[in-house]
Amino acid sequence: MSNAVSALGGASFAGLAKVEETGLGGMITLRGDLASAKVQAAVKAATGAAVPDTRRIVFGDAGAAAWMSPDELLLLVEYERVDAVVAKLGEDLAGEHHMAVNVSDARACFAVSGEAAREVIAKVAPVDLDDGQFEAGTFRRTRFAQIAGAFWLDDAGTFHIVCFRSVAGYMYNLLCAAAHPQSKVGVYA
Amino acid sequence: MSTRLAKQGRLIDRSKKIEFSFNGKKLKGFAGDTLASALLANDQMLVGRSFKYHRPRGLVAAGSEEPNALVGLGVGDRFEPNQRATTTELFSGLAAQSQNHWPSLEYDVGELNSKFFSRFLTAGFYYKMFIHPRPFWKHVYEPFIRQSAGLGKAPDKELKDADTYEHFYYFCDVLVIGGGVAGLQAAKTAAASGAKVLVLEEKCNWGGRTPVDGGTIEGLEADAWVAKTVAELDAMDNVTLRTRTMGAGVYDHGYILGYERLTDHAPGQGGPRHRLWRIRATQTVTATGAIERPLSFAGNDVPGVMLAASMRDYVVNWGVTPGQKVVVATNNDDAYRTAISLHEAGVEVVRVLDTRESGGGDLADKVRALGIRVECGRAIAKVKDGKRVTKVAICAQNGEGGAREEIEADAVAMSGGWSPVVHLWSHCGGKLTWDDAQAHFRPDPERAPTGHDGKPFVVTAGCASGPLGLSEVMQDAAAAGARAAEAAGRPATKPAEVATSELVEAPMEAVWLMPAKADIKLRMKTWLDYQNDVKVSDVQLAAREGYESVEHTKRYTTLGMATDQGKLSNINGLAILADTLGAEIPQVGTTTFRPPYHPISMGAIGGEARGDIFQPLRKTPIYDWHDSNGAHWEPVGHWRRPYAYLRSGESIHDAVNREVKNTRDNLGLLDASTLGKLIVKGPDAGKFLDMLYTNMMSTLKIGKCRYGLMCSENGFLDDDGVVARIDEDTWLCHTTTGGADRIHAHMEEWLQTEWWDWKVYVTNATEQLAQVAVVGPNARKVLEKLNAQAGGGMDLSKEALAFMEWKDGEIGGFTARAYRISFSGELSYEIAVAASEGQAFWNALVEAGKEFGVMPYGTECLHILRAEKGFIMIGDETDGTVIPQDLGLHWALSKKKEDYLGKRAQARSHMADPDRWQLVGLETVDGSVLPDGAYAVGNGTNANGQKNTIGRVTSTYYSATVDRGIAMGLVKHGPKRMGEVLDFPGTDGKIYKAKIVEPIFYDKDGEKQNV
Repeated sequence: MSNAVSALGGASFAGLAKVEETGLGGMITLRGDLASAKVQAAVKAATGAAVPDTRRIVFGDAGAAAWMSPDELLLLVEYERVDAVVAKLGEDLAGEHHMAVNVSDARACFAVSGEAAREVIAKVAPVDLDDGQFEAGTFRRTRFAQIAGAFWLDDAGTFHIVCFRSVAGYMYNLLCAAAHPQSKVGVYA
Repeated sequence: MSTRLAKQGRLIDRSKKIEFSFNGKKLKGFAGDTLASALLANDQMLVGRSFKYHRPRGLVAAGSEEPNALVGLGVGDRFEPNQRATTTELFSGLAAQSQNHWPSLEYDVGELNSKFFSRFLTAGFYYKMFIHPRPFWKHVYEPFIRQSAGLGKAPDKELKDADTYEHFYYFCDVLVIGGGVAGLQAAKTAAASGAKVLVLEEKCNWGGRTPVDGGTIEGLEADAWVAKTVAELDAMDNVTLRTRTMGAGVYDHGYILGYERLTDHAPGQGGPRHRLWRIRATQTVTATGAIERPLSFAGNDVPGVMLAASMRDYVVNWGVTPGQKVVVATNNDDAYRTAISLHEAGVEVVRVLDTRESGGGDLADKVRALGIRVECGRAIAKVKDGKRVTKVAICAQNGEGGAREEIEADAVAMSGGWSPVVHLWSHCGGKLTWDDAQAHFRPDPERAPTGHDGKPFVVTAGCASGPLGLSEVMQDAAAAGARAAEAAGRPATKPAEVATSELVEAPMEAVWLMPAKADIKLRMKTWLDYQNDVKVSDVQLAAREGYESVEHTKRYTTLGMATDQGKLSNINGLAILADTLGAEIPQVGTTTFRPPYHPISMGAIGGEARGDIFQPLRKTPIYDWHDSNGAHWEPVGHWRRPYAYLRSGESIHDAVNREVKNTRDNLGLLDASTLGKLIVKGPDAGKFLDMLYTNMMSTLKIGKCRYGLMCSENGFLDDDGVVARIDEDTWLCHTTTGGADRIHAHMEEWLQTEWWDWKVYVTNATEQLAQVAVVGPNARKVLEKLNAQAGGGMDLSKEALAFMEWKDGEIGGFTARAYRISFSGELSYEIAVAASEGQAFWNALVEAGKEFGVMPYGTECLHILRAEKGFIMIGDETDGTVIPQDLGLHWALSKKKEDYLGKRAQARSHMADPDRWQLVGLETVDGSVLPDGAYAVGNGTNANGQKNTIGRVTSTYYSATVDRGIAMGLVKHGPKRMGEVLDFPGTDGKIYKAKIVEPIFYDKDGEKQNV
């Protein structure tokens, strides 16, 4: 609906890296037995992606599936499609113990790109961002300074971060501070 | 006098002059100077006053072990006390102030302490002297001591630090701490295996002290070898090099803190001042070198007495000499290098006093060959007191200090041997062993700090391992690098032999007191700890008074405390303690080495967390509207919620009362988005909720709502809220704002640890939805108007959506879920829409509500509305000790259920005790407002002579609806005492009288909400 707005209206900042709020993203929390063929088929139908391995994200033609915990995935689809996908998951998984919940509006989404993106994130998230360790398709549920968040790297070298909507302002200010033009570490960039 | 030399100075650039000031005096130095070397170049030997006796103190060392040269650095919002001159790089405009003196550095009144009272200010003096009479401590002694003692001044509390700070997380296979030749060799060896290596060096230049001490490595002079090796390492992809970064602490699981000082040498250049590296290293190599020990002779604190190697550093690195006529006193060969350096720089070495009867090795011969007078078996009896060394009395080492010869000198270089820097090794449990030959504690490789797998994760390299000769140092470092790389999972390699040149040194001799049998007059002037003014006589007194443990002696005498943590004093002090106790040094042991190695800034620890990112603020989707419409904010956890919306000229109290009246009479809007919304789904969800709630949730019909209570397994009321049955196996549980995350975790814990085989999933959907309470007699009207405007929507009539029912549909074109629930006693709908549409929905309600008298209301109005109705509030009526039965909530405790969390606990005798305080309403006799938290007093007194309490106020407000103070409270036998008037003494001295009443002050029959 046209009334829907993201938390920060697409704010962006260019420093060591480019920090952008990327607007509303469609997100579904799917809980269930990830080893079940029915769940795997439902995930495939929803996103075109296979169920990811631990700490991975898999991209499909209609979205992506990211590993959140041993019994939880985060499905990424177009914002407008979420209700339909949730309904379809309900049908596909009828009789199978599961839970599919629209969490798109509970979230804020950010992209961090540019040469120093790894360093910017490494200032606030306790994660090994060495390119041999964190590569395209790696997905990590972690913390960004004082808040929970999850992030992954896409094939184009852009990091994508999701956090709770209520702390979008904190996340943005935090990333901007970490991307201060005069704060280059010089380890990854 | 101390001066700049004509030639030496490998680290300074004489073409770049730098101006700075000390105590307001303008001085000049060169690029590459430290503040310490620049002060010496300007003949500023006196740098501060001592802590207790206010004795004049000068530079003793050239590195981070320096105990005396602490200054206040910078001005205004960049002022910082206790900064070490020796680790402060000189920069243009540097402004330093000496500390701990009054009225001035040169003329200090406190010095009288030293001259007249020093025999009273012995170890434990404060404990002995100031304990009686008791009140004197607070009013007389402490203010006096605080005025005279203490190190630097705290920064102005009105100013904020001008700088920013940050953290950086880093992971590596091998972390090497220390960029001297040993660290570089270890890094080189480890890196050759392919390991990811990070090397930290606390100074701004590589190489440590080998370039000063001399010797060749792989056929190159030390400087050249260092430059070549650094270049090689820098070119490797798997190696990261950082200067100005100190390894500050070693913690469990290979967690290491590095402290990078980015702009201390160039303040204000922009960017963070310090960066705290939070490193996870599979293996850590500590190549932290060794620290020279002072010699303990009378007057060893007189400015001009300096560690021998440090004096050499000043000459070779910065081209300054602390004196023109120098006496060298030593118990080992290394100090001869200082005599040579001084001689080469054209400084007169008056005498070398070697405590060893047999004298030194090759170096001693070299010194003699230079024509310098060397005396063996000789010692310093005393350095004459004053602001500078002027005279040195010489005696036999093996005596009491008699038969002295007095010679003129203006500086003394002393060396009592070397102690490996074992701090980082020890931080996480590495043990030490006593090395008799070197008279020092060194790391015991058999008892290393161990990780999660029980295997060592710290390796020492070079002098930090114990060996002091260059050849041994380099072999040890290469082996350490290879060992660390292998332990980090790299293929084993045999470290290459490193060819070095080295002179033959004679064994050192342990000397703990100079002369060996110094009399008490000398011992009372013989300093062990410069920073804390602890002398040999103090430690001996402590030992005589029964302080056998080194840890107790430390606290009693203050030996090894404060900002240097005894880097110079520890070994000397415990040797004296051991000697006095008649024990061996290893039996006495060391005090505990704790991180950080050297003080780090509070700013670095805080990192980026300041200003707008000090703490996360949680904002609802409607936050900005509240903020621009007069919201007076109230913190609720990390959320900010409007307490009330202030109109121009209105007090908070007025605003609250206006909101209360308007909501009762017209229409109020509350942003209830912060309330927890947990979705619980699965075949066992009903069974699960029956266990979590005290009442029955499994029987709730789809489309219905039920208010429920949750207790801890100890029976105490934990949270409450309305539960809605969504479909056959799905429930939505509302929690309190503060309970959302806590109750989610509570549910997960039970599901994961206790009922792991129950088929239930929980998702915290709190932030998915913006929830607006539409409250008041006009609530239905405004919603129906929105529907009319949108050309249709859900039926909101009493018949279609009755009290305690919910329904999905559209309202005003918004996809919404409407709950007919009321926490106010009014006709009320709580409408949930997608968070992204929350602001738009709120705007629509505000616009459409104008004709119905709409006003937003805040949390205080919410509280008052619920209190008028006698609804409890978690956190007001409950405090973790209250059970539902205390609050008269028996109706919400299922008697049909076999079990629920808290049921058994509530059956225990104390919980079922009829004497428990119970919830009642309270009405002041005069209509005033009872003070919050006030206690009701009864007859008699308790064992402490205090009046017995019989109840307390849990909620109290002015109710605009009934125009009087209303309150709730817990009172002993309360419900049986209706009409009784209780006394509530206030902290203002008044006694408030309140009558016990039913806790419902408005619309007792609930007619208003049920329309």
